[in-house]
Amino acid sequence: MSLFTLGIARGLVGQVLGMVIGMLLTCAVRILLGWEAWAAEPAWTVGAVCSIIGFLLGVGSLDDWLKWTKGIPTPLHHGPPVDKPAWTRYFSVDYNHKVIGVQYTVWGILLLMVGGTVAMIFRTELARSGLQFLGLDLYNSFIGMHGMIMIFAILLGVGGMGNYLVPLMIGAEDMAFPRLNALGFWFNVPGSILLLLSLFVGGWDAGWTAYPPLSARGPIGYQLFFLGVFAIGLSSIVGSLNLLVTILRMRPAGMSLFRMPIFCWAVFATSLLQLTATQLIGTSFLMVSVQRAIGMGFFDPRGILGEVSPMVGGGDPVLFQHLFWFYSHPAVYIFVLPGLGIVSELLPVFSRKPLFGYKWIALSSLAIGIVGFIVWGHHMFVSGYNDILRIPFMYATLLVAIPTGVKFFSWLGTIWGGKIHFDTPMLFVLGAISVFLIGGLTGPILATVPTDFPLHDSYFVVGHFHATMFGGFVFPFFAALYYWFPKVTGRMYNETLGKIHFFIMTPAFWVQTLGQMGVGVMGMRRRIADYDPTLGAGQIENWQLAVTIAGFAIAFGVLLMLWNFFQNAEVGVAAGDNPWRSRSPEWQIPSPIPEHSFPAPLRVVGEPYDYGLADSGYVTTASPGDD
Amino acid sequence: MTATAIEHGHEHGHAADDHHHTGEVDLPTYLEYTRRNRLGMWLFFASEAFLFLALLVTRFYLWRGPHGEVVRPELDQFAGLVVTAVLLLSSYFMNRAEVSIANDKRTDFLVSLLITAGLGTAFLIGVVVWEWGMFPSIVKGHLKPTDGVFGAVVFGMTGMHALHVLSGVVLILNVWWLGRKGHFSSERHWGVEACAIYWHYVDLVWIFFYPAIYLIGSTIEVPH
Repeated sequence: MSLFTLGIARGLVGQVLGMVIGMLLTCAVRILLGWEAWAAEPAWTVGAVCSIIGFLLGVGSLDDWLKWTKGIPTPLHHGPPVDKPAWTRYFSVDYNHKVIGVQYTVWGILLLMVGGTVAMIFRTELARSGLQFLGLDLYNSFIGMHGMIMIFAILLGVGGMGNYLVPLMIGAEDMAFPRLNALGFWFNVPGSILLLLSLFVGGWDAGWTAYPPLSARGPIGYQLFFLGVFAIGLSSIVGSLNLLVTILRMRPAGMSLFRMPIFCWAVFATSLLQLTATQLIGTSFLMVSVQRAIGMGFFDPRGILGEVSPMVGGGDPVLFQHLFWFYSHPAVYIFVLPGLGIVSELLPVFSRKPLFGYKWIALSSLAIGIVGFIVWGHHMFVSGYNDILRIPFMYATLLVAIPTGVKFFSWLGTIWGGKIHFDTPMLFVLGAISVFLIGGLTGPILATVPTDFPLHDSYFVVGHFHATMFGGFVFPFFAALYYWFPKVTGRMYNETLGKIHFFIMTPAFWVQTLGQMGVGVMGMRRRIADYDPTLGAGQIENWQLAVTIAGFAIAFGVLLMLWNFFQNAEVGVAAGDNPWRSRSPEWQIPSPIPEHSFPAPLRVVGEPYDYGLADSGYVTTASPGDD
Repeated sequence: MTATAIEHGHEHGHAADDHHHTGEVDLPTYLEYTRRNRLGMWLFFASEAFLFLALLVTRFYLWRGPHGEVVRPELDQFAGLVVTAVLLLSSYFMNRAEVSIANDKRTDFLVSLLITAGLGTAFLIGVVVWEWGMFPSIVKGHLKPTDGVFGAVVFGMTGMHALHVLSGVVLILNVWWLGRKGHFSSERHWGVEACAIYWHYVDLVWIFFYPAIYLIGSTIEVPH
């Protein structure tokens, strides 16, 4: 078996070839126009576009569609590849949503480790004042890189959970569009490669938000960064479209929208945001890209339109912030809503009680999604936009606290009086609630105009943001990994190691987030490589050191988890079909799940969360005659 | 992203009700596949709407005169009117193609597709040669992309729209070629339907773009 039976190897070759062809094409066009043959920025930009297409062609993700354009039928292949070992399907184009879900999750964890490593590097730099080993440009590239890689990783984690779980939870055979599903995953690989490559062509030093005018002038790295984000954005759009159609059209008879497992509601709300808002980050980055490439001055602040001539000036960098945050604020709800859905999904299982206020939790996800569209301006209180906009954006932002509060009280109501089992997934769920509470309570401080002014662009924001991301995504994601690990592999992870991971990571994270807020209040600014050691009555260095140590502890915990999974995936104790005694459909079938998940169409015979109600079930695959 | 990304290949003889069974699970019917495809297509339009809205927002945000009034550049009004008429007319023939295949009139279907593609190409030539002035030896354009926000927004909006028209023309020609080879029937023609609604959608976008670029606001007096 040669290496090139693996789709990903062919894809990487395709990406390199695409890059070279794109560069040669640029040179050829320039020679035809009578210009100097080589110009770095256009060559890299066109090369990068071609490299994405080259990867997709190489990996084989476009094969079926290319056949359709010629009218050749392409029956959907089920099961592992016929003439290759079964494991190769994880490295090639495969249309089974369970394979794609694992691909998403594993690639997401890989990026999580890359992003974490970058964070460790600049956290070490920040442990002492002064510059020890990082230059200013590299520091700036690293903080932006940490942010964007983590965003990629989170989107992949969200995609992994959605793709793996939603069809199982609604008893569907697969996703609505399996080919589109595979394409959605494979976009991510060339996208993340371009993002990492950007470090080697100058990086990009404006932080992950890439505000012009700096991003319109910086090194070539920006173009690769924009294209990497473009690829991930396309993945988000086609993935969310697929999930929406699956949820809306593929539920079995009897499973009304308010009888779905609650996680599906979270995915539904997330997908609505992803489908629409993602276009805005694409548009805003495309505008900066063409401003750099051909001088279209959307954000060029020089000159007022019509003052000298209508053909000069009129651009406005604040417009970029509007367009950018119209995606990037809803984006944080894209990151946290699935995680909050995991919390709601797991609490009843480990409390052995019905989910408190199902309808309210379901609708609160939608409400957060809808309100999330009208709050972007709270990132721009100090941008110099029209004063009159501040108050409505402030109130709209504070409004988010209401549906979020609904979730918190529903969770408390679910735990209240339950027979709680403190297994590792449940611990991470409780950790998520505690951490998200820290993030939630510090939110209104930043949403309120007068308190935001002194805290804007300080490390307080960094602390708040990391608390929401860890509470809303990282902790629930880890809970989900532990919880569904036995379903995916058929083996149990080591419970003791899982608990050690939890008890290292949770206090470490509290120290990290509260420490970040603390140095922020002392006057530490965000995205600045150095700080004044006399801040905070000379105590700031100790706080910074504590944050750095806490960061390393978190990284150690994550490695412990991965080692735990790695050790037990093949040889761990057999887990059985339903170790958590869940009522959800995916636990009523064997672990690991067979190629065709359900032997027969599901029938809904009860409510999803009637835990503790004797002799009741949620779904069955038996036909009515068998009862 | 073009509409080809939506799965529309089920008319090529491998749909479920051809007694094509995989494993123990019966595949859904062609009608059910079409319903899913249709929903997917409309969600794709919803997504694209945000892209075009972003461009419209950009236009109204940036095209402001020295006193905050809504302004527009001086463009060739005749050119704008002609290309708009051509595009609107093309939607009629696209609809005719879809109705023809639904009634099994294959010749009408193929001819209408070709006329639609021709009108779409005429629109593209109108924009690129006449309005953009890409070939100054034929027509000299009014604006360059580098001419401040007037140039940036005109080229940004018409460029993004032209890209969609171009992908639509390619799609129509692909459908025409498949239709000539005998694909599609009066019952099974999701591919044609997808192509048609995509074309109407691109047309609809222009109905918003045309007044935003050519009609709304006043032109700026050049100071002397």
